[in-house]
This record gives sequence, C-alpha cells and structure tokens, in this order.
Amino acid sequence: MFGQNNQNAKENRTLFRHLLSLNLLSSPGSGKTTLIERLLQDLDLITKHPDRPILAGVIVGDLATDHDAEKLRKTGTPTIQINTGNLCHLEAAGVAKAAQQLDLAALDLLIIENVGNLVCPALYDLGEDLRIVVMSVTEGEDKPLKYPATFKSADAVVISKCDIAAAVGFNRAGTMAYLSQVVPQAQVFEVSAKTGEGLGPFYGYLKQVMGSHQARAESYLLQT
Amino acid sequence: MHEVGLMQSALALAVEQTKSQGLSKIHSIDLNVGELSGVVPEALKFAFEVVSVGTLAEGAQLNLNVVHTLCYCRHCCREFYPMSWIYKCPRCQCLSSDIREGQNLELVSLEMS
Repeated sequence: MFGQNNQNAKENRTLFRHLLSLNLLSSPGSGKTTLIERLLQDLDLITKHPDRPILAGVIVGDLATDHDAEKLRKTGTPTIQINTGNLCHLEAAGVAKAAQQLDLAALDLLIIENVGNLVCPALYDLGEDLRIVVMSVTEGEDKPLKYPATFKSADAVVISKCDIAAAVGFNRAGTMAYLSQVVPQAQVFEVSAKTGEGLGPFYGYLKQVMGSHQARAESYLLQT
Repeated sequence: MHEVGLMQSALALAVEQTKSQGLSKIHSIDLNVGELSGVVPEALKFAFEVVSVGTLAEGAQLNLNVVHTLCYCRHCCREFYPMSWIYKCPRCQCLSSDIREGQNLELVSLEMS
C-alpha cells in the first residue's frame, strides 16, 4: 500500500541521481531550519572543488505558512515551500512536483526539510540519499526509544543546540546509549548551528558522501 | 494519522482487482500489517469503515494480520525475532539494523463475487 509512494520515490531517485539529496526529520522545534540555514552559509566547507561552489536547493514542508522558506531564501538559496495542509508528512509525489520549480540539473545538493513530526514521515521514502534525524538537547534521552521507527530509518543523527546542553541538563550518556542501541548503523553528530560547535565532523561526513556520490554519478555518465 | 490515506489506496487496489475480474462485490480483505509499518490496526479498521461506504467493499470483513519484525544477524548468519525495539541477536548479543520483515503494509487476498 506504500506502493505508489515507493514508485514515486524510485522516480525521484532517478531524477536526483546527479546530486546529493537529504531528508531531514525531527520533532517540531528541534532546529532543522536553523541547521539548514547554517549549512547553506557554510557550503564552501563541504566542497571538494574550491574553485567551483556548491549549488544547493531546498524543499521545505510545513502544515501552513512559508516562514521557513522565507528564512532560508535569505541565504540566497532557491527554496520551495510545500504546505501540506492537514497532511503530517511529505510524500514523494509532492517533492517531485516541488522539485520541478527548481533548476535541478544545476544543483549539487538538495535539502528536503520534512514536516516536524517523528511518526509519519519515517514511512514515506522521498527518494533521498541520506535520511538525517535531528533531535535537540532539550528533548528526553529516551526519544529514540519512543520513536523507534523514525530513528531506525536514519543514516545519521544530529543532536542540535549543544551550546545549551549544560543549561538544560542534557543527559548525554543516556542519549548516546539509546542511540547506539536503537540505531546502531547511524553516525551521530553533536552540533550547535548557533555557535558552529561540532559542525566540522558533520560537514566532513557530508563531504565524504558527496564525494563518493559524485564519483558514482560521473562513472554513470561515462557509461552512458 | 495517515491511516485514512493508506486505506483509500488499499481500497482502490481492491476495487480495481474486483472490477478487472468482472466481479461486483468484495466480501473480505486480508491485509498484512508490519509492526514497523507505523500503522495502528485499530485506526486502519476505523478508516476502512469510513472509506468503504458506497464502494464495492461496503460491509466487507477486514482481516488484519500483524507481521512481526524479523532481523538478520550478520555475525551468526541467522534471522531472529527481536524481543524489543533494541534489535539484539539472542545468540551473540550483537545489534542488528538489517530488517527483513515487518516494514510493509500489503494487500494479500480478497474474497469477491
């Protein structure tokens, strides 16, 4: 019954094969938009070819308003807002439609910010290369246990707002223990988009994935 | 939350199948519901009652078969059913992220006339 969405996701994967696509999932207010904003300002740090800047595009999903898109457009990045109305997640077809408004062929990086929700978005493949789950230090350490389907589907987990970890009594050891049990395959990054703390390793990871992705895309182009 | 949409697509599939065989009534629908599919069986039943009204499946029986999560341990080269959300192999205690069953939602059979 996820067949139609899975089929659409497969088509998106073909459409996105030359770029790196990210699907960001989190609870509302975990700092997805701020993290994306920072990443868009720091794109030079993830490029392998300093002479050629990375071109990014963003698709952002919210039930209502285009506040996030407005915020992200200020970084100069083309951003398409999807208003899902009452729908609690993005679906592959909606993403494909939004992507038509971007100059996809020119992009190296496509960031999809899903609707803030840790339940339904996990079930809908959007055709992304990497699924990144964001949780902030203000959330309980057992969040991965409470929303296992979402965390289990993650390629990477970003713990955000680390600059206020001490003030909010973040249980780091507990969070790390639950993450390693629930989502053993994921790389975990502790960052603060505000101070820049910990972003180096996260960017290093994106750079590495992007590099291997580009190599794959180039070899694909050579074959065809 | 998304059960209504999923039920609508299941029902569309069922109706299409029924019509393609030249039949006009659905008596029962069997669905496999994976533990990890993120779907609540009760919500699916409720959604079915709502969306089946006025269709070939109105009044049909909806049977939901829960499919447990099945993992694969790469160290033991064996499959196992995890006891909790922490997928620990009962033999070697290693954690697995290789899920083999329990993620899908499938329409498995229909009784039609």
